[in-house]
Amino acid sequence: MKFFKSLTTGQRTIALSLGFMLVLSIVRLFTNADDITSSGTISSTLRVATPILLAGLAGVWAERVGIVNIGIEGMMIIGTWFGGYGAWKWGSWAGIALAIFAGSLVGLLHALATVRFNVNHVVSGIAINILAAGTTEYLSIIFFKGQQGGGESQSPAGKGGYGEFDMPFLSGGRIGSWRSPDILGWIEKKHDLPLLPDLAGLLRGLVSDIYIPTIVAISLVPLTAYVLWRTRFGLRVRSSGESPQAGESLGVPINRLRYQAMAISGGLAAFGGAYLSTVFTSTYRQGQTGGQGYIGLATTIFGNWTPFGVFRGAILFGFPSALKFRDEKNVPALLLVIAVILIALGIVSAMKNKQLLTMGLFIGAALSAATYFLVDEVPQEFVAATPYIVTILVLAGAQQQLRPPAHAGIAYRAGENH
Amino acid sequence: MKSQRLQRMAVTSASSLLAVFVALCICAVILLITGKDPIEAYRTLFGAAGDTKVLQGALNRATPLMISAAAVAIGFKMNLFNIGVEGQMRVALLATAVAGAAVDLPAPLHILFCLVVAMATGAIWAGFAGWLKVKRGVNEVISTIMLNFVALSLVAWAFDSFFRVESTTGSLLVKTKELPTSAWFPDIVDRRLNGMFFVAILVLVLFYVLVWKTKFGFQLRASGANAGASRVTGVNPKRMVMISMLLSGALAGLVGMRALLGDVHAYQNNLAEQQGFNGIAVALLGRNHPLGIFISALLFGYLGEASGRLQLIDIPKEITTIMTGIIVLAVVIINEAVKRWDDRRIQHKAALALNSVAVPA
Repeated sequence: MKFFKSLTTGQRTIALSLGFMLVLSIVRLFTNADDITSSGTISSTLRVATPILLAGLAGVWAERVGIVNIGIEGMMIIGTWFGGYGAWKWGSWAGIALAIFAGSLVGLLHALATVRFNVNHVVSGIAINILAAGTTEYLSIIFFKGQQGGGESQSPAGKGGYGEFDMPFLSGGRIGSWRSPDILGWIEKKHDLPLLPDLAGLLRGLVSDIYIPTIVAISLVPLTAYVLWRTRFGLRVRSSGESPQAGESLGVPINRLRYQAMAISGGLAAFGGAYLSTVFTSTYRQGQTGGQGYIGLATTIFGNWTPFGVFRGAILFGFPSALKFRDEKNVPALLLVIAVILIALGIVSAMKNKQLLTMGLFIGAALSAATYFLVDEVPQEFVAATPYIVTILVLAGAQQQLRPPAHAGIAYRAGENH
Repeated sequence: MKSQRLQRMAVTSASSLLAVFVALCICAVILLITGKDPIEAYRTLFGAAGDTKVLQGALNRATPLMISAAAVAIGFKMNLFNIGVEGQMRVALLATAVAGAAVDLPAPLHILFCLVVAMATGAIWAGFAGWLKVKRGVNEVISTIMLNFVALSLVAWAFDSFFRVESTTGSLLVKTKELPTSAWFPDIVDRRLNGMFFVAILVLVLFYVLVWKTKFGFQLRASGANAGASRVTGVNPKRMVMISMLLSGALAGLVGMRALLGDVHAYQNNLAEQQGFNGIAVALLGRNHPLGIFISALLFGYLGEASGRLQLIDIPKEITTIMTGIIVLAVVIINEAVKRWDDRRIQHKAALALNSVAVPA
């Protein structure tokens, strides 16, 4: 325990990830569910997780500047529509660009309502969700209905795709016309070994078959962290979310920052939407977001309002769905993974003398393991509900560890409330 | 005092009307930009008011809206934001469909039984959010959003795994076992207006009496307005949170009953969908007052019913959804502006009365 506490945050993350991989590896050897750590699963996890990640980052930007953004879902919906429209008219990249532009306008609308008119943030967010749904449905009928391949609730297929990227030597990428050896792929197939094929699968998943927009989205995580914590602009943004009065007294233009951060938030959410309609599939469909904006909101909380935390949350929430996409049979193995993790948490809490929590964790572990032996298949609905349940549990059980921006969602007007 | 209250009411109603007017104007611009004739659109939309069938349909659509708006408003009175009406409604729908089909009772009792089951399950589901707020300090906005999705998944799973019955008439629509006719809520106008309309009116009346005419209601409003101050007078804010959440959930349970007991008589996917969410817009436009809720529910019910006519003149009926969104945004913006203006006016009057020189800007 002491040793663990002496590590830096980065080292802890690495240690925990390795521990997690070890658990996955043991479960894989035990259950023969080889797909749970295959490169295919990892790369499809990235694909599932990217829109959630972007929505989560949208939440981070909004809440860090002090604005609660329930409208992420609506901004994503706008993103799916304009992404689909742009991709159909001019090509995929234009779709993403148009979506980001439209999304940041919606973000500005939310800022206008909450900053200029001091409207309750939740109410404004709800209004934006209604508006976004209505607007996209209306526009679809005007623009897509009667077009080749389009319809009342669907856009015609987008033009052009994105380049896919394979890393040379690691995952068999090409250098010119020469195909390099696929070293990680070779290790990955040695299924009898512990840990090694799992790590190879993880790495290969990260460097093979990966779309450029995914790379862009993931690089926004360190970029957001850098901008928010290492630049003057970021410091001011965070001051606006923690204590706008204090910022104001030092001459920080709180209102302007809120507009800027909300434009970024809206753009990110819409990028997530456009990812769904141009990368994940190649058409806009009504209802495509299916609540992923709210999962993004959940990752914002789960990730403790930090970009890397959001990344963890998005991967965690995306993983079961990705596994489900590939092969139903792998999902029950996750129950064992959960059981092992709960036991580990139980041991930690036993060392801290928290009897009630320890008991709860062990009971949870036992239930989860028992379920594994009793069922052959985990219902789709349970996979779908997991992010929400986890978020409620985190909020209920680990409130002390969470540190939301102190002033998020609270009415603020320049020159008042001193 | 009385004239001041009347004045306030007039200001409130005027600002809600203004919000609707603003929304109509913005939608007219949207129609113009997309090449449609707004005058023709509005003539069609509001011309339908001459048709009694449309009016009956509007009342029918207004029924669940009134109840869900009351569910939202009772939370608002306590400064609680129950976004979970949709989820609470959904859980109650399946529970009531299953419980109602399982028992055999004479007609009025059977209906009463169904309503009680619906209110109880709705209250239990909302109770989770109340418990999380009171015991664990979890913000109810987040917990009710999350619980909405949990409810959606849970109900879909339970329905698919245990309660679905293949249709005997060869229809592709899968439902639960049909309720016996003793549980059917009678129609006022056959197939057009269901008797649940009166239940909704009753809910609004009771809501008024409870919130404005009882000691509990006073404590509720006091606790919502200033939890700290009312705590000093002996009102336990946690208890008030829990009670208002339970009440809100109980009403949420009733929202879907017009569709279940008065129309479909069995649970199916998408039954009463969105009716819980739409209550939020109605409560906001109605300013959480029963009379306001009644009028705005009628407006939204009417828009929903008449919007179908727009398609006859080749205008997407979704323009009314856009209108709803704009109304919500406009009404809160205008309220905020009016409140500011009103505060200033009162300050000014007070300052004049005190013969003070310093008039706050």
